[in-house]
Amino acid sequence: MPKDSGIGASSKRREDVRFLTGAGNYTDDINVHGQAYVHFLRSDIAHGRISNIDTSAAEGMPGVVKIFTGKDFEGVGGMPCGWEITDRHGAPMQEPPHPILAQGKVRHVGDPIAAVVADSLEQARDAAEAIEVDIEELPAVMDMKAAAQDGATLIHDDLKNNICYDWHLGEEDNDKVNEVFANAAHVTTLDLINNRLVANPMEPRVAVAEYSRGTEDYTLYTTSQNPHVIRLLMCAFVLGLPEHKVRVVAPDVGGGFGTKIFHYAEEAFCTFAAKACNRPLKWTASRSEAFMSDAQGRDHVSTVELALDADNNFTGLRTNTYANLGAYLSTFSSSVPTWLHGTLMAGNYKTPVIQVNVKAMFTNTVPVDAYRGAGRPEATYQLERVIDKAARELGVDPIALRRQNFITQFPYDTPVALTYDTGDYNGTMDKLEAAADLAGFAARRAESEANGKLRGLGVNCYIEACGIAPSNIVGMLGARAGLYDAATVRVNATGSISVMVGAHSHGQGHETAFPQVVADMIGIDESMVEIVHGDTSKIPFGMGTYGSRSLAVCGSAMVKATEKIIDKAKKIAAHLLEASEADIELKDGQFSVAGTDKSVAWGDVTLTAYVPHNFPLEVEPGLEETAFYDPANFTFPAGAYACEVEVDPETGQVTIEAFTAADDFGNIVNPMIVDGQVHGGIGQGIGQALLENCAYDENGQLLSASFMDYAMPRADDLPFYGVDHSSQTPCTHNPLGVKGCGEAGAIGSPPAVVNAVLDALNAGGKAVDHIDMPMSPSRVWAAMNG
Amino acid sequence: MYNFEFERPSTIADAVAALGGEDAQALGGGQTLIPTLKQRLAAPSKLVSMNGIAEMQGVCIEDDGSVAIGGATTHANVAAKAAGSYPALAALAGQIGDPAVRNRGTIGGSVANNDPAACYPAGVLGSGATIVTNTRQIAADDFFQGMFTTALEEDEIITSVRFPVPQAASYQKFLQPASRFALVGVYLARFADGVRVAVTGASEEGVFRWSEAEEALNKEFRTDALMDLHVNPMNMIGDLHGSKEYRAHLVGVMTKRAVEACS
Ligand SMILES: Cc1cc2nc3c(=O)[nH]c(=O)nc-3n(C[C@H](O)[C@H](O)[C@H](O)COP(=O)(O)OP(=O)(O)OC[C@H]3O[C@@H](n4cnc5c(N)ncnc54)[C@H](O)[C@@H]3O)c2cc1C
Repeated sequence: MPKDSGIGASSKRREDVRFLTGAGNYTDDINVHGQAYVHFLRSDIAHGRISNIDTSAAEGMPGVVKIFTGKDFEGVGGMPCGWEITDRHGAPMQEPPHPILAQGKVRHVGDPIAAVVADSLEQARDAAEAIEVDIEELPAVMDMKAAAQDGATLIHDDLKNNICYDWHLGEEDNDKVNEVFANAAHVTTLDLINNRLVANPMEPRVAVAEYSRGTEDYTLYTTSQNPHVIRLLMCAFVLGLPEHKVRVVAPDVGGGFGTKIFHYAEEAFCTFAAKACNRPLKWTASRSEAFMSDAQGRDHVSTVELALDADNNFTGLRTNTYANLGAYLSTFSSSVPTWLHGTLMAGNYKTPVIQVNVKAMFTNTVPVDAYRGAGRPEATYQLERVIDKAARELGVDPIALRRQNFITQFPYDTPVALTYDTGDYNGTMDKLEAAADLAGFAARRAESEANGKLRGLGVNCYIEACGIAPSNIVGMLGARAGLYDAATVRVNATGSISVMVGAHSHGQGHETAFPQVVADMIGIDESMVEIVHGDTSKIPFGMGTYGSRSLAVCGSAMVKATEKIIDKAKKIAAHLLEASEADIELKDGQFSVAGTDKSVAWGDVTLTAYVPHNFPLEVEPGLEETAFYDPANFTFPAGAYACEVEVDPETGQVTIEAFTAADDFGNIVNPMIVDGQVHGGIGQGIGQALLENCAYDENGQLLSASFMDYAMPRADDLPFYGVDHSSQTPCTHNPLGVKGCGEAGAIGSPPAVVNAVLDALNAGGKAVDHIDMPMSPSRVWAAMNG
Repeated sequence: MYNFEFERPSTIADAVAALGGEDAQALGGGQTLIPTLKQRLAAPSKLVSMNGIAEMQGVCIEDDGSVAIGGATTHANVAAKAAGSYPALAALAGQIGDPAVRNRGTIGGSVANNDPAACYPAGVLGSGATIVTNTRQIAADDFFQGMFTTALEEDEIITSVRFPVPQAASYQKFLQPASRFALVGVYLARFADGVRVAVTGASEEGVFRWSEAEEALNKEFRTDALMDLHVNPMNMIGDLHGSKEYRAHLVGVMTKRAVEACS
C-alpha cells in the first residue's frame, strides 16, 4: 500500500506552487535600494598578453561609478581550488593563480579583463565599449595531447608545462598490468571522447552584494548550491574578510547541475567592489556570458582496454585519459577526473586488476568542473562502452557478459580504493529485464524494420559513489574541506517545526522530502514541518548540495537532531505523565506510558518546553537541537538501464523509442520525487548522447555559444520513461538507509543510448564499432557510410 | 541595446516616409532584429514597425487564383489562414520556430532577412512567387541573391508576397538540432507547366533551385528519377551540425520525400 504521508509517500512538491505560479524569489528578483550595475568586459581572444588597458575615455561616460581592472586586485587573493591532487610521483598538482580580473594575460574567451560599475546596466555596457584593450595574441592551446608535448605554448608562464597533474590509481606495477593483458584470451580496446557540456541551468548566475558602512557587514546574494562554502572560500582565501561579518544568501536557485557549486570571480568582485564603491551592486549574467563563464562539464579523451580470459571473465582494465581542466582550476575541478572518476572504474564488476591513468590538462577554454555526475559518468561511459564492444567482438550476449562478471558478495573492496557496502546487481538487472520487456524486443525490432527503420537495444549498468563522504578519508585524498553536514531542528511552542539544513534545494524537492522524514519520526502532519536553507545567517553550517548527498548526509544530520528532540521531549512527557522516561513511547504525535492509557500530545509537550511551569528541573527549557553528521562511507547507488532507439537509415536520425531505468537507491522517502530526479538525469544523459556539444575552433572561439548552436534536449526529443526503483538494498551506514538519486540518470544513460545506436547499426548490417557523442544525424550517417 | 526612436505608422505611405530618415529600419516581428539589437550588433536610429499597417496584414485570394500574403502577416496567421488555399505553404509557416516566434515573426521580415537556413525563402522560390514592395514587383528568381542578401533597396518595404498555387506542393524540413531552423529544407511545387525545387539550409549561397532535379522530375515525376542525381558538396555549408557531404546527401533525401508527398 503506498503511504499518503511520511517516509515512502509521494507527497506533492510544496515548493512547486511558488515556482509554477511565478512567486519564487530568485537572486535576480532581489533589488537593493541605490544599487549600481556591474558589467564585465570579457576577452574575445582565447590566449594573449595584455599590453595595455586604457579606461580614461570610459571613466568619463554618463553614469559610470568606477572601473576596475586587474591592477585593482593586485594583492587580493585569487579563486582557490578546493582539492589538491598528488601526482603519480608524489608531487602536488601545478596550481596556477586564478585572478578575479585578468592579470597580464587572458586565457580563454570570456576571461574578465575589466569591470564597469554604473548607475544602469546600459551605461555600464556603453562604458565597457569605450575601454581600449591591446592584446598581443598568442597561439591558442586547444588540443590536449598537443598541449602535453614538450615545447607546447605555455598557458601559465610560471608553470613547467600545461599538465596540471599526471595521476594514476589502482595497480601501480606496469609489468603486472602488462602481464594480465599479455595473458588475456581477448583484449578489447576503445578510444572515446566524453563530450564537453554546458550545464545551462534555466537561471543564469547572478550576484547582488551590499556593504554597510555603519556595521561593516557584507551581504552577498548569489546563485549558489552551497552558500556556506562560498562564504568560507571568499572570506578565507580571496578577500580576507572575517566570516562573521559576511552573510551569504542563496535564495531560490533555478537549477544548478553542479555549475553553481563553485566560487566564481564575479561573486568575489561584487562583494569587494560594493565596499570600494560604497554602493550595493548587481550583476546578472546574460546567457552568452553563461556560455563563456559558467564552469563546463566532462571533456575527457580516453583509451580504455579490457582484458578477458577464455571464459569471458574480466581479468584486467586499463584506462588512459586526458582530462580537460580549461584555463584555470575551478573550485573542485581537480577532484573530478581523479577521485570521482578513477575510483569508479570497477563499476559493478569484479575485475581484479585495474589501472587508471589521468593527465589533467590546461587549455585555453572555459574551466571545467563538476557537472551532474562529475567523473562518474565519464567512468561509467568508458566501462560500459568497452564491455559492449567486447560482447560484440566475442559474439556473446551483452547482458550475460555483465551478469557473469557482477560483484555478488558484499561488502566488496574494489581494486580502486572503494568498499561497496551493499548491492544486488543481478536483482536489479532482473527488474530491468521485466520492466523494459526485453523479451518483447525482437517483435518491436521487426515492426521497426517493417517501417524502414533500424531498431537497437542498449543495456548497461552503473555504479556511483554518492553522499560524499567521510571527511577524514577525503582529507587524505587532498580535499581542502570536510564533507559532513548539519541541521538544527527548532520546535516552536505550538508544535510546528523549522529545520535549518545545510543542504540547499535548487530543484531537488528538499522542502517536501525533508519534512516527510521529521514528520514521520514524530508522527505529526508534514505541513507542521518546514525547512530553512540557503542563508548563512539562518542555518548552523552547510556543505551544500551536490554529489547526490543531501538526504544521505544532511538528512542524516536532521535525523540525529530529531532524535535528540524526541529524547528531550520524552523527558518532558515523562515528567508530565509522572512516569519513568524509559516507559514513554512516541506514536502518531502522542507520548504515552507503555501499558497504560495515559498519554500527552506532542503539542502539549512542546508548549511545556516553552512555558515550563510544570517542568523537570534538570532539563533546559526550549526545544531545539543541532547535529552534525559525517558519514562513515560513500553510498553506492547502482542500476541497470535499457534504451531502445530507431535509426533512420537514410538520414542517420536517432529517435529514442523507449527508456527504462532500474535503480537501487536503497530506501526511498518520496518515490515521485525520485522518479522526477531520474527523469531529469536521463534527459541530461540523452542530451549528452544525442544533442549537446560544447565545441571550440582551433583558435579557441566557442562555436556553440548560444542555443542556436548548442542543442539542449527538448521535451519532444525525449520518450516517456519507465522507472523502477523497487530493487532496494538499504545503505548500511546511514540512519535512513538511503543512497542518493540525483545523478544516477545522467550517469547511467549515455552508454545505454550509444550502445543502442550501435546495436541498431550492426543489426542493420553496418559494422560500426563506435560513434562519439553527440550522435548527431550527421555523425551517424557518416559512420554508416564511412 | 542602444537607444532608438520607435514609430508605428498605419499606412505604407507613412512607413515609407518614416523610413526616409537616416539609419531608420523596418521592424517586422523583431524575431531576428531584436536579438541583434540586444547583442549590440546593430544600432538603427529608428525602428519603424510594420505591424500597425492594415494593408500589410492577412491572406487573400487574388482574381488569378494566386494567394497574396501581406508583408506583416505573422507565421501563425499564415499557418491558420492559408491552410485552405495553399496548404503546403501553411504547413511551412506552421513549422517555423515555436508558438512565440510564429505569433511575432512575419513573412516580410523572414523574406527580407533571407537567412540561409530560413524556411520561407524555400517556399517563395519553390513557388515562383512574386515579392511586392512599395515600389515594384520582384520575381523570386531575381530576389534571393545569396546569404542575407536580396534585391531589396535600402528602405524598400515588402508589402506582400504573391504565390501562384501549384497542383501539389510539399515542404520537407530536416531540423538543425539546436536552432531547429532547416539543416536542409526542400520545397517542391508541381505546376501544370513544370516542377520547381527550392533548397534552403544547405548552400553557402543561400536558397537555390535544384535545376537537375527539376529537369528530371519534369521528365518523370517519380522518386526513381532522382536516383542518379547528386548535389555537389563543394558549395554546401559544413559546420558543427552537418558536413558538406551530409547536407548534399540530405538534399536528395528531402527531395525524394517531397516527391513522395506530392505523388
Ligand atoms: C527561436 C527562433 C526560432 C526560429 N525558427 C525559425 C525557423 O525554424 N525557420 C525560419 O524560417 N525562421 C525561424 N526563425 C526566424 C523567424 O521566422 C523570424 O520571424 C524571421 O527570421 C524574421 O521575421 P521578423 O518578422 O521577426 O523580422 P524582424 O526581425 O523584425 O526583421 C528582420 C529583418 O527584416 C527587415 N524587415 C522586417 N519586415 C520587413 C518588411 N516588411 N519589408 C522589408 N524589410 C523588413 C528588418 O528591417 C530586418 O532587417 C526563428 C526565430 C527564432 C527567434
